Amino acid sequence: MTRILSFTRLWALLVKETIQMRRDRVTFAMMIGIPLVQLMLFGFAINTDPKELPAALVAPTQDRFTRAMVSALELTGYYRFIAPDATAAEAEEMIARGDVVFVVTVPSDFGRRAERGDAPSILIEADATDPSVASGAISTLGTVASEALQREAGGAQSDGQALSVVVHKRYNPEGITQYNIVPGLLGVILQLTMVMMTAMALTRETERGTMENLLSMPATPLEIMLGKVVPYLGVGAVQVVVVLVASKAIFDIPMVGHLWVILFGIFVFVLALVILGYLISTVSRTQMQAMQLTFFFFLPSIMLSGFMFPYRGMPGWAQTLGEVFPLTHFLRLIRSVMLKGADAQTVAQSLAALGVFVLILSLAALLRFRRTLD
Amino acid sequence: MTEPAISVHDLTKRFGDRTVVDRVSLSVERGEIAGFLGPNGSGKTTTIRLMCGLLQPDGGTGRVLGHDILTDRGAIKREVGYMTQRFSFYEDLTIEENLNFVAGLYRMTRRREVVRETLQDLGLYSRRGQLAGALSGGWKQRLALAACVMHRPKLLMLDEPTAGVDPKARRDFWDEIHRLAADGLTVLVSTHYMDEAERCHRINYISYGTLVARGTVAEVVRDAGLTTVIVTGERTAEAARRLAGAAGVDQIAPFGNALHVVGRDGAALRASVARVAEETGTRMADAETSLEDVFIQLMGDAQDNMA
Ligand SMILES: Nc1ncnc2c1ncn2[C@@H]1O[C@H](COP(=O)(O)OP(=O)(O)OP(=O)(O)O)[C@@H](O)[C@H]1O
Ligand SMILES: [Mg+2]
Repeated sequence: MTRILSFTRLWALLVKETIQMRRDRVTFAMMIGIPLVQLMLFGFAINTDPKELPAALVAPTQDRFTRAMVSALELTGYYRFIAPDATAAEAEEMIARGDVVFVVTVPSDFGRRAERGDAPSILIEADATDPSVASGAISTLGTVASEALQREAGGAQSDGQALSVVVHKRYNPEGITQYNIVPGLLGVILQLTMVMMTAMALTRETERGTMENLLSMPATPLEIMLGKVVPYLGVGAVQVVVVLVASKAIFDIPMVGHLWVILFGIFVFVLALVILGYLISTVSRTQMQAMQLTFFFFLPSIMLSGFMFPYRGMPGWAQTLGEVFPLTHFLRLIRSVMLKGADAQTVAQSLAALGVFVLILSLAALLRFRRTLD
Repeated sequence: MTEPAISVHDLTKRFGDRTVVDRVSLSVERGEIAGFLGPNGSGKTTTIRLMCGLLQPDGGTGRVLGHDILTDRGAIKREVGYMTQRFSFYEDLTIEENLNFVAGLYRMTRRREVVRETLQDLGLYSRRGQLAGALSGGWKQRLALAACVMHRPKLLMLDEPTAGVDPKARRDFWDEIHRLAADGLTVLVSTHYMDEAERCHRINYISYGTLVARGTVAEVVRDAGLTTVIVTGERTAEAARRLAGAAGVDQIAPFGNALHVVGRDGAALRASVARVAEETGTRMADAETSLEDVFIQLMGDAQDNMA
């Protein structure tokens, strides 16, 4: 009898919200204007030199030369080997997913050649999507590694052969900062506008006194939530197109991955955002409060998501904290897909995390929704 | 005998440590037009909201149209039309869009026709594209009223529906209410107008959160047990000064060049007025006590209780 979702009612709510949104000219202009302005501002402005970056080691024969070199690399402070015994395939997957920033490959004849005095070589692959991450680590690499090797081999051949280090900058060989910043900006811009707009959704009704009327009519909490949230998905779609087109046109960002994976990832992320905004509006009493809560959430998410500072370069506790922000998972996803061409399977973890946000946030919003005026 | 449209017992609502509605019991028969009266801030709006399921009561129970007000809010919302005291439709939607919205929320059939008929009945059809916020105060009231009867509710709760509405529109409104009630609709209407109270079948008077009088107008007037005399003549102003504070005199109100003097103790009142009439050369005559006299007496009593 009491249906929790009637499409007639939902349709009435959607029509009403869309009209109201369209009539609010200033806000509507902001929804399109903000993304462009921010994209230009941040796109040209941000840069950084992080340390303690996670790395994977692919070394089929782990002899003393290999160990010496690895510990020397760790001593530089730039590397932290979280996967010291990976296979080539594992390492490839980890770097694509963004779990590691470097893959150091030591060929199986490394020890033999070092002992024989032949110039041995190692391969360092760096994830250069964030160029600032790779640069410092790579510049110290050659000297550190060959010094360590010489010490290990004994002072005997002091002027001996140099170690040859082959560096592959992956994904962003020229080290263009915008390649990293711009996809991240997509996330940040969506987050700012989507959360802020929906955070006003219910408080506006309360402040204008229309809440009393709305609650006295037979709309269910689920219908009201969907009615408030769905129109903003449309706004989000417009923003996404604006930013993606601008990324291509102004910054010439590559889009290696499948467009549908990119779009699906964005969709789930935006869904999480609008529902988060709606949750904020169920707990705030005034628009002012909603605004404050939005910013309370906004700042740390920018700082800790890997947008401002490379996520893998942050201290452990900060990384853990970063996991609670949808933006963190979205950045991981969008960078992997856009710049590295990762497929849906590779980013499944991030997608799942975003999906969990959607579920938890919706549930919380529905539970928090006040059916009465108290 | 069918169950009353409204039957609530000991409804209580507190905001912080203030008890705004204090053990109010109310019963309204089906098809009845019930007036809800009381001074500003006495708790009328709060009581109505409790009965619509818009506020969580701190105590008491009740049924509205047979649905429990605590557990069956959904059913109440579908069958009740509630008109809020303050205009609470969307000012940034047009008149027609507001009505479409309401029609959709109630999942009405033939929405388009119903909305068009409503607009035509209101006389707003040609202005349907105007923003609701641009309507004058009285027209907003009329729009709100039309919107809340559109889904053919079984019970109407109207919170000061005619505040700011011109006399002709008020007359039309009450004719409409009586017509709907004749078809079985129950109406609970709060008002500050005495003439409207007199058009109700029964009235309920609330003061400082407590229901203090109820019944038909005649019953309420009779139960108040007041005596009223009218003083006429040249020097009524002086008579009023002399009567102030005299034994048995509770209210003195000038009406044109006549003076209404009201009191609970009839004998003492008559004695005082007779004395003053003689001193000032005015005439006195017995009169009917009006509903307004009763309400003013009730308000005065309540203030005495508060002090
Ligand atoms: N949400 C609220 N929070 C705190 N106090 C409230 C709230 N709503 C109402 N009140 C208080 O409850 C009392 C009763 O208010 P209510 O609006 O029910 O009176 P009313 O009889 O409708 O008055 P009026 O004739 O002026 O409309 C008032 O003193 C008011 O200040
Ligand atoms: Mg009121």
